[in-house]
Amino acid sequence: MLTLTIVVIIYLSVVGFLGYCGYRRTKSALDYLVAGRDIHPFVMSISYGASAISTSAIIGFGGAAALFGLSLLWLTLLTVLFGIIVAFIVFGKRTRKIGHRLDAHTFPEFLGRRFKSRFIQGASALVIFLFMPLYAAVVLIGAARFIETTFFMNFNVALLIYTLIICAYVISGGLKGTMYIDAFQGTIMFIGMIILLAITYLKLGGVAPAHQALSQLATQVPDKLARIGHLGWTRMPALGSNIWWTMITTFVMGVGVGVLAQPYLAVRFMTVKSAKELNRAVGMGGVFFLCIIGAAFIVGALSNVHFFNDPKFGQISLAVSGGNIDKIIPLYINSALPAWFVYVFTLVILSAAMSSSGSQFQALGAAIGRDFFERAILGGRHNKYTVLATRIGIVLGVLFAVILGYSLPGNIIAVGTAIFFGICASVFLPSYIGALFWKGMTKAGVIASMAVGFLGTAFWLLFIHQKESEALGLCKFIFNKPSLAPFPWTVIDAIAVIMPISFVTAVLVSLFTKKLPQEHIDNCFNLKPGK
Amino acid sequence: MTVLGIADPGVWLAYLLSILSAVFCIVYGFVNWNKGDERIQPEDIKWVKAEIK
Repeated sequence: MLTLTIVVIIYLSVVGFLGYCGYRRTKSALDYLVAGRDIHPFVMSISYGASAISTSAIIGFGGAAALFGLSLLWLTLLTVLFGIIVAFIVFGKRTRKIGHRLDAHTFPEFLGRRFKSRFIQGASALVIFLFMPLYAAVVLIGAARFIETTFFMNFNVALLIYTLIICAYVISGGLKGTMYIDAFQGTIMFIGMIILLAITYLKLGGVAPAHQALSQLATQVPDKLARIGHLGWTRMPALGSNIWWTMITTFVMGVGVGVLAQPYLAVRFMTVKSAKELNRAVGMGGVFFLCIIGAAFIVGALSNVHFFNDPKFGQISLAVSGGNIDKIIPLYINSALPAWFVYVFTLVILSAAMSSSGSQFQALGAAIGRDFFERAILGGRHNKYTVLATRIGIVLGVLFAVILGYSLPGNIIAVGTAIFFGICASVFLPSYIGALFWKGMTKAGVIASMAVGFLGTAFWLLFIHQKESEALGLCKFIFNKPSLAPFPWTVIDAIAVIMPISFVTAVLVSLFTKKLPQEHIDNCFNLKPGK
Repeated sequence: MTVLGIADPGVWLAYLLSILSAVFCIVYGFVNWNKGDERIQPEDIKWVKAEIK
């Protein structure tokens, strides 16, 4: 315990030093909100990856793979494909270029200026302010639970200390300090997960023997899972089964596509000087996502072999964890790996949680302070108070998240993540794609698409998708049943249904409403007049 | 056909394609290492500041 405490104190000292470096180099609103637009490609790519992958991804994805098996590796492919290749090469370069030309400092400001609408900027900020605290609270709960069990600390005290540490460096260092710290934390995550994957394969006799041993466990699939499509941990689930729909729409589409529309990730494209930095960041980001997400899935699935072959357990992971998949990875670390790795993994989990929380707090503060109050409410007449407004915004957003963290039930982690990703994809993605690639997208098209995306997702989560509708309880209260729709709609994620409707709305409304001035479009895309 | 000890092509394809996608990222990064150095100059954002005013 003493060694672990010393390791964590050294870790927090480095975090404090990097936060101070960010504070010293922050001289203006440009530095505070977009890191001065001169961030190093390594810092940018690792910060992007570390912010995207929270504790719930490592613990939750690992646990999900212990349940569903290696078929979840499709999400690893989609995370690299959408999260890096599409995000950086297709979206990132245009976001940087148009964002710089619009002098945008935040994601809502990017949309607002692109479509010449303070309303769009304010509405986007409001969506972030109302729903990001839910996702931030989910990460806070996950981190506080981890600190509670690792350091034998009261949950409420753990939540408070964790929040105060992150607030200290986010409020003082702005995005610059946050990204420096993200890069440090991302490096720890990368090294830790590589070691975890290597030890797991070595313990099980190598790559192919480990997979073969996992294949042989197919007879151990619980009847309850077999009935809904589980065919074994090295096989795809039965086509069209309950598990197949959940895997394809929630994990693959929800998380894979959902990552494209995260406001706190999109803003990172505006922190680099030129497309050259983004080109250099692609390779680093691809390897980072492959190793972190891939390792979580592979280790989670292979934990079944470890637990089944260990005479102390003699059961598959789900049985060992008592049915709580979030306990599988911590149980595996404590029972299968050397004691020194427990210290490393503690830092991996702390890093994953802190990097996500820091980015969320920063985006929350910018949305409330800069976008909502300073721009949408005050009309942008008080620019000199941007940093102060953002700092006050961070405090308000964090307070909201902490209150939610204290009041939400412990099993909200997966539901809260799905709600935020669903809202972001359906509300922001059509407008974001239109802003980057379609000169004919109109202000009315964006507003209609955002409204349909928001209301449609709310309806789907409250009345159709059973996982959320059951947890939220409104459908049961009004109609006395958990969902209004029959299978398979009850297991199809909102993103798969509402996001396409939101896209169609954006296109149809844009075709029949007033276009933006041609001069504005030419300036946004750096075109010569009339092209 | 069994690849890496996995018989289901739906699973080993995901495994190999994930690695290939990261390899593509590395190759793309190196091939384009020095490309795309155009930067936004202060005069490029004068129009938006004028528009906001």
